[in-house]
Amino acid sequence: MLDQLQRLGSASLNTLERLGRGHLFLLNVLTGIPGLFLRFRLVIHQIYSVGVLSLLIIGVAGLFVGMVLGLQGYNTLVDFGAEESLGVVVALTLVRELGPVVAALLFAGRAGSALTAEIGLMKATEQLSAMEMMAVDPLHRVVAPRLLAGFIALPLLAALFSAVGVMGGYFVGVGLLGVDEGAFWSQMEDKVDLFDDVLNGVIKSIVFGFVVTWIAVFEGYDTTPTSEGVGRATTRTVVHSSLAVLGLDFVLTALMFGD
Amino acid sequence: MSSNQSEPDSPPQTLVKIRGLRYFRGSRAIFDGVDMDIKRGKLTAIMGPSGTGKTTLLRLIGGQLRPQQGSIIVDGMEVNKLNHRQLYELRKRMGMLFQNGALLTDLNVFDNVAFPLREHTRLPESMVRSLVLMKLQAVGLRGAHKLIPSELSGGMSRRVALARAIALDPMMIMYDEPFTGQDPISMGVLVSLLKNLNDALNLTSILVSHDVRETLSIADDVYVISEGKVVEHGPADVVQKSGSDWVQQFIQGKNDGPVPFHYPAPELIDDLMHG
Ligand SMILES: Nc1ncnc2c1ncn2[C@@H]1O[C@H](COP(=O)(O)OP(=O)(O)O)[C@@H](O)[C@H]1O
Ligand SMILES: [Mg+2]
Repeated sequence: MLDQLQRLGSASLNTLERLGRGHLFLLNVLTGIPGLFLRFRLVIHQIYSVGVLSLLIIGVAGLFVGMVLGLQGYNTLVDFGAEESLGVVVALTLVRELGPVVAALLFAGRAGSALTAEIGLMKATEQLSAMEMMAVDPLHRVVAPRLLAGFIALPLLAALFSAVGVMGGYFVGVGLLGVDEGAFWSQMEDKVDLFDDVLNGVIKSIVFGFVVTWIAVFEGYDTTPTSEGVGRATTRTVVHSSLAVLGLDFVLTALMFGD
Repeated sequence: MSSNQSEPDSPPQTLVKIRGLRYFRGSRAIFDGVDMDIKRGKLTAIMGPSGTGKTTLLRLIGGQLRPQQGSIIVDGMEVNKLNHRQLYELRKRMGMLFQNGALLTDLNVFDNVAFPLREHTRLPESMVRSLVLMKLQAVGLRGAHKLIPSELSGGMSRRVALARAIALDPMMIMYDEPFTGQDPISMGVLVSLLKNLNDALNLTSILVSHDVRETLSIADDVYVISEGKVVEHGPADVVQKSGSDWVQQFIQGKNDGPVPFHYPAPELIDDLMHG
């Protein structure tokens, strides 16, 4: 009993300590962000590797999710004779929820894990130490550009996801199931609000991009410098950032659409 | 033990002065009262068995770790009292060669050597190119400047890392076991390279190693450390004739002597009976 309490205590202390380290780490990384605007090439390079290389998976996933929404939405709406609202249903679901959330989950799996593994391996092979000894701060040179790139890339990817998803819904709804094309688009235009829906979706994906990338770079930087340690850190990135995204999504949804 | 008990005023030709150094990992003392003087322009070797803390010592000198007690003074500055910016300024004048080279794997050989120049200077690209090629020439790898790190052998990686370490013309350079795992030829290449660089560039070199013969052949000054203490210090020939059994066992690589073959353990029979 006492033993279990002790273990619980030390586990919570460890968690708290890691949280503290994560925040200090973030603070140190953020001080490197201003310097990046003079060397934006570094950020562009990272946007390419986290963003452009995630395009395919985001696009394909968006298409399928949109098609499923089209099918499911149609089947439900047609019972009420409201199938012309299909465009609204698809667009709102994507822009408010699925776009930011699913894109963030895919981003965590595709780009977050790669970031963790890359930084973790740089640590394990002493590349980060070598940089420090060359008087180059790895937090500014390696971590900051990656954090900024993730922060920029995810909102764009989420927007792409939603756009492709709407196209998927259109294919299925208008193309296959015969929903009226004019109604599909005009209702969508009518009912989707730029601020209430689109902007809130964008805010969500900005928050997710920041949190997922933060977790990914921190796990990489904080990894035990062995191949086993890097493997565990990569898994943790995917698990923790997925949970963080889902949890934050609830909080943000409650704040934005709760009233 | 050491031939120079700390005189109150060390002479200015001392580049690195270590006094009363204590460093613990958990409750285990890695260094327990170490004094050292690294002379300017000389090649100082620090020898000791694996796990005594040789790498740790270099990290302490470079300010990557902080000692719990004692002082490390490099070129008149106490390393663990410097702020972040001062420490980074000091590091620009130190080179360090890591055990396996630690080249940046996403850059080719040329860009690795150019890395410190591009980070710390605003030289035009044509100048960077000339400097990089000169440094690579000095380590004999100008022809390999387009290769990527995964295409290099272990010895070549270390030579590239060496070119990178001297890119900013540092005042001192620290080598962490540069000879380990090398075939006899690349070992010979590295040994003479180290010696020649030290003499030609008027560098101060700190060489950490447990390759006794190679190290003693080029070192001006030798420290032998074991279990957190300096157990022998002096010029190479003096250390070689040391009266200490322990030092003799280490230098000659005998498997029996003051250092036991067995890690401390309960009696074998007890272990077997209770296993
Ligand atoms: N990050 C670390 N955490 C805990 N102990 C460490 C760490 N790094 C090194 N040590 C311990 O410190 C001792 C000295 O290590 P090191 O300086 O690498 O030895 P050497 O380079 O002489 O082989 C070793 O016994 C090692 O177990
Ligand atoms: Mg070592």
